[in-house]
Amino acid sequence: MSLETPSDTTEQQVDAVDSRGIRWRRRINALRSWAGAVKEDRLGQIGLLILAVFVFVGIFARPIEVSIGPAYVTLQPFSLAPYEPSARPADGFHGPTWSHPLGTTSLGRDVLSQLLAATRVTLIVGSVAAFMAVFIGANVGIVSAYFGGWVDDILMRITDVIYGIPFLPFAIALVFILGASLTNVIIAIVLILWRGTARVVRSQVLSHKQRPYVESARAIGASHGRIMYVQIMPNVLPLISLYAAFAVAWAVIAEASLSFLGLGPPGMISWGEMIYDVRTEGALREAWWWAFPPGICIMLFVMSVFFIGRSLEKVVNPELRHTAN
Amino acid sequence: MGLREYVLRRVFQLVLTLWAFITVLFVLFRAVPGDPTTRFLMDYPDPAIRDARIEELGLDQPLYVQYFEYITALTRGDFGDSTYYNRPVSELIFPLFLNTVVLMFTALLIAYTIGVLFGAAMGWFRGSRFERGGIVATLVARSSPEFWIGIILIWIFVFQLGLLPRAGIGGYGGTLTMNLADRYLNVDFLRHLILPALTGAIFYMATPALLMRNTMLEVLKADFIEMKKAEGLPERTVLYKHAARNSVLPLVTVVAIATGAAMGGSVIIETVFNWPGIGREMVDSVTRNDYPMAMATFFFMGTAVIVMNFVADMAYLYLDPRVSYE
Repeated sequence: MSLETPSDTTEQQVDAVDSRGIRWRRRINALRSWAGAVKEDRLGQIGLLILAVFVFVGIFARPIEVSIGPAYVTLQPFSLAPYEPSARPADGFHGPTWSHPLGTTSLGRDVLSQLLAATRVTLIVGSVAAFMAVFIGANVGIVSAYFGGWVDDILMRITDVIYGIPFLPFAIALVFILGASLTNVIIAIVLILWRGTARVVRSQVLSHKQRPYVESARAIGASHGRIMYVQIMPNVLPLISLYAAFAVAWAVIAEASLSFLGLGPPGMISWGEMIYDVRTEGALREAWWWAFPPGICIMLFVMSVFFIGRSLEKVVNPELRHTAN
Repeated sequence: MGLREYVLRRVFQLVLTLWAFITVLFVLFRAVPGDPTTRFLMDYPDPAIRDARIEELGLDQPLYVQYFEYITALTRGDFGDSTYYNRPVSELIFPLFLNTVVLMFTALLIAYTIGVLFGAAMGWFRGSRFERGGIVATLVARSSPEFWIGIILIWIFVFQLGLLPRAGIGGYGGTLTMNLADRYLNVDFLRHLILPALTGAIFYMATPALLMRNTMLEVLKADFIEMKKAEGLPERTVLYKHAARNSVLPLVTVVAIATGAAMGGSVIIETVFNWPGIGREMVDSVTRNDYPMAMATFFFMGTAVIVMNFVADMAYLYLDPRVSYE
């Protein structure tokens, strides 16, 4: 499924002869049709807006310090969070007040500060895990479809086995075995999540492989790598980005679930872990101000990605644009 | 490729996938830090007893022998002894498995009944405010992890309204020795079932609803729908008898896959509601270092996924003879 109108075969043939200008025009057109789809889609706009707020909070909630050799460099000096997330400004459990708009935890920590600080963890897990999963999945899919034969057989049997592994239980077992840390949570998610992208990209590339532009590229002696990544890849990119959006959603849900089970990265407050704290403290009955905000944040974040995914879907599958909404 | 060859090939693939999954399981739990005697050692520090234990468990054998013994034991349904309960895992796991199946079956039944009807209605009233609202509602439901849906339901129905029990499986404390009728066929059990089943239902509902809507849109474009309308049939009849019935086909395979996948989702729901099923047992046994039990729960969940994926393929073959056996 390419982004252009069906009459672009000649353009694509020219492209095989490597006309840079035309290729750029294709890319700009792709971006434009994407922006157009988002412009028409109210939910996509809402999704982008919510996501933008989360990204803003994720960056500015806490200062970012990077150690370069012996020196510390502060990349981001601001702090939106009013308190240190692990500090104890209060003597215990309190409902919302002016100094603590979302109340405090049973240890006297500021809920709002924890909530803001946790945004960054979600952003990191969501984007890194999704990027890695889709990167692996897309490459497996392209290589598998392009070479076919035994390469395809081996890669697809591996994908089948991964499909037989239940996502969350596997992540739990793996994080438990490797130890709870941010990296291990991401690894556990990535090891399963790539399977969906691999299958879909493979089926797309199978159809592209037959098209004239690939044949003409081969005729002028382009290498396998060049055909795969310069000729075919841009055409499946919209599909890949759609799967990336869904991968972000799944990664965030998985991280929240792991944290909820107490397997989250230690020393790092995440939304899932906040709810885990509420539950282990047995505070759900009274402390709605502590339990509800992190849950709502998880929901809003995943929702925004789904909304964006939906408008991407319309770019990938233009037929949907003709149906209502 | 003929039909028979395709089925045979798919069966062969099923066996291969199961074997590969079991191997992954073996490798995964061999990679666990510390050997399985670590826990035992805390109780019996005498090295002679430890050596005897190692020999008893076969851990002094080379890895490939252990691997072989592990697979032969599995084919006999022997999962070893739980180090926590000090009883054979096979005795413990079947009641737990049954509890999970009852819960997930109920959840999926609700999800697919309501989801299909809702999706059909969304497709039928395309372009309406109802459809737009419906899409947003399903996406919102889908965006919440199961534990969050569960917590909201607990907060409303248990803490605010005081209508339903907070957790567990029944007033008997979830004893597993009762016969099935005593265990499942009573009001108390049903009251305990409502919230966890509803949690699963809300989470799983989006897939059938959105899929049903999409296929409805396809089917409604077909000529025979216009014909039925022209025949003067009532709208409701055309909607549910003709359009919806023809849209439901692709869902059958999705049901099978979702059933397998739901076994994985049970981990969260069962933890939230303290439901004595294999999902909660998996988390508990992992944190207790009870590896035989953890492996068995994982084995059951994985096997459910693999077998249901196979069922999905076969169902598709049966339902849609046009499918090509690539």
